[in-house]
Amino acid sequence: MGTAAQSPAPTQKRGAFATWLNKRLPVDEFVSTQLTGYFAPKNFNFWYYFGVLALVMLVLQLVTGIFLTMFYKPGEATAFDSVEFIMREVKFGWLIRYLHSTGASFFFIVVYLHMFRALLYGSYKYPRELLWIFGMLVYLALMAEAFMGYVLPWGNMSFWGAQVIVNLFGTIPGIGPGLVEWIRGDYGIADATLNRFFALHVVAIPLALLLLVVLHLVALRHSGSNNPDGIEIKERVGPTGKPLDGIPFHPYYTVKDLVSVGVFFVLFAIVVFFVPTLGGLFLETPNFEPANPASTPDHIAPTWYFTPYYAILRAVPDQRLGALLMALSVVIFLFLPWLDKSPVKSMRYRGWLSRANLGVFAVSFLVLMYLGLQPAEGLYVILARIFTVLYFAYFVLLFFIPKFETCATPPERVRFHAH
Amino acid sequence: MAEVLNAEDDVDLSRRKFLTTATVATGAVGAAFVAVPFIASWSPSERARALGLPTEVDVSKLEPGMMTTATWRKQRIYIVRRTPEMVASLAKADSSLKDPQSEDSEQPEYAKNEMRARNADYLVLIGNCTHLGCLPKARFEAGQPELGANWPGGFFCPCHGSRFDLAGRVFEGSPASVNLRVPPYDFANDHTLVIGVDSAKGAA
Repeated sequence: MGTAAQSPAPTQKRGAFATWLNKRLPVDEFVSTQLTGYFAPKNFNFWYYFGVLALVMLVLQLVTGIFLTMFYKPGEATAFDSVEFIMREVKFGWLIRYLHSTGASFFFIVVYLHMFRALLYGSYKYPRELLWIFGMLVYLALMAEAFMGYVLPWGNMSFWGAQVIVNLFGTIPGIGPGLVEWIRGDYGIADATLNRFFALHVVAIPLALLLLVVLHLVALRHSGSNNPDGIEIKERVGPTGKPLDGIPFHPYYTVKDLVSVGVFFVLFAIVVFFVPTLGGLFLETPNFEPANPASTPDHIAPTWYFTPYYAILRAVPDQRLGALLMALSVVIFLFLPWLDKSPVKSMRYRGWLSRANLGVFAVSFLVLMYLGLQPAEGLYVILARIFTVLYFAYFVLLFFIPKFETCATPPERVRFHAH
Repeated sequence: MAEVLNAEDDVDLSRRKFLTTATVATGAVGAAFVAVPFIASWSPSERARALGLPTEVDVSKLEPGMMTTATWRKQRIYIVRRTPEMVASLAKADSSLKDPQSEDSEQPEYAKNEMRARNADYLVLIGNCTHLGCLPKARFEAGQPELGANWPGGFFCPCHGSRFDLAGRVFEGSPASVNLRVPPYDFANDHTLVIGVDSAKGAA
């Protein structure tokens, strides 16, 4: 089955419709080059589930988003009420809305694990630099999408979150204040702001996201997946020209991925049905009261997936430097392929210094995530400063550690034990 | 017509290159012009501008030591009637302030002084924090332990922890870099404050 369809021009008897179709659309060619004839490393592990899960979440967000758009009314006077209308009066509206809002958090969980996998196995290194950059652009678009989506319900946290984030652009020297007014379309966060965020959230950014995801996948299929051993399976081919350590993507990985999607949906459903706001973490409590320009909530924190960067912003006692460091803490990932000077990709063959560096970075990210949810007072600020330094130290050390460290030689063939 | 051009054909490649460059450049200029209306559409609309007219506030009922708020151009305006003690306390805080003389801060010329006001009794500020726009809370009582041992009274921003004195001047150690902004304002008469104009004489 897997081998029969590998040549671009199948020789078996085809139905009249299949012949007609393939004359006009390269269906067989696509299947044979991208599915049954695309060889992926056979040693994928747990970490390799999160790419497909991110794709599943994208589709779920698109579908639930389209349905929410049918009931949501953008506008200062109507937005909050229309969300309550969805939650209380539209049949299954509560489910569609919670799938979308909880879906956003799960999307980020999956994307963060997917990114951590790349750090663990050096998947951003040669020849996958562009693949990594497209992935990072997807992540940046996703951040913009999530932020604007959070503004749409026009709760009080929506309003003040928008106020804080839009004002970040005001720290740009010279053009800052004018730029902020241009983004808002008014002297404050207002109806105009909400309406344009709606347009960007439901049309512009999803289109950009889809384009970037296609580019990410095309780049992936071109260079081929990395694997936990960080060696290139294309360099060891058998007499038939196929990689010795590769197996056809379909049916092997499609089936494996389907199982992971099933397990993932079980976990997702538990949260959606039993704890959709996760105690204020996925949907914050102040957002259940309407936007009030006269009252800042006592404690402002973005949703959990932005809090590591938010903690960095607050850790710096200078406005411009804080905003700059926050921007840098996200953008610096784009330069990872050139910052990492190690001769091997996978952590399996790097030394203890590299592993400790990654471990400290992961812990710093999680601690900053926690600190970003806490008030900016006392010990929290001091801790945020310490972990901000450790966060950036990762990128610096990535550059310098390889000068001192001796790595093990990766094996010729991937380590794999058949079950 | 259908023949493919060969290298030997008499083709002036530099002419082609010039025409291609000229076409691309013209197109780019055109695209830049077409972008103007789309970009301009995001600026505040005529309606938003019209609603940004000056606001009048009656301050006759404001007791010393109290604060009232108003809205001007979608921004909260804080109006504090300072007590003589508050005014006296402002002189002491100089060394712990980032910009005590308001050199780098935004205020009309008549508020660029120690009191940051036309008249030391009344403090008029744009309430939105100069850090990222939250509304600092009034903490006028001195010596609140969570704001530092020698807190002289002022404003505290709950979002990112910026602290300001009773003239809206920012303390060292705050994420905000400049003092709270002072809007243009004037007194039309003894009890009517007009926010949004530098001179209200003859207006009332």
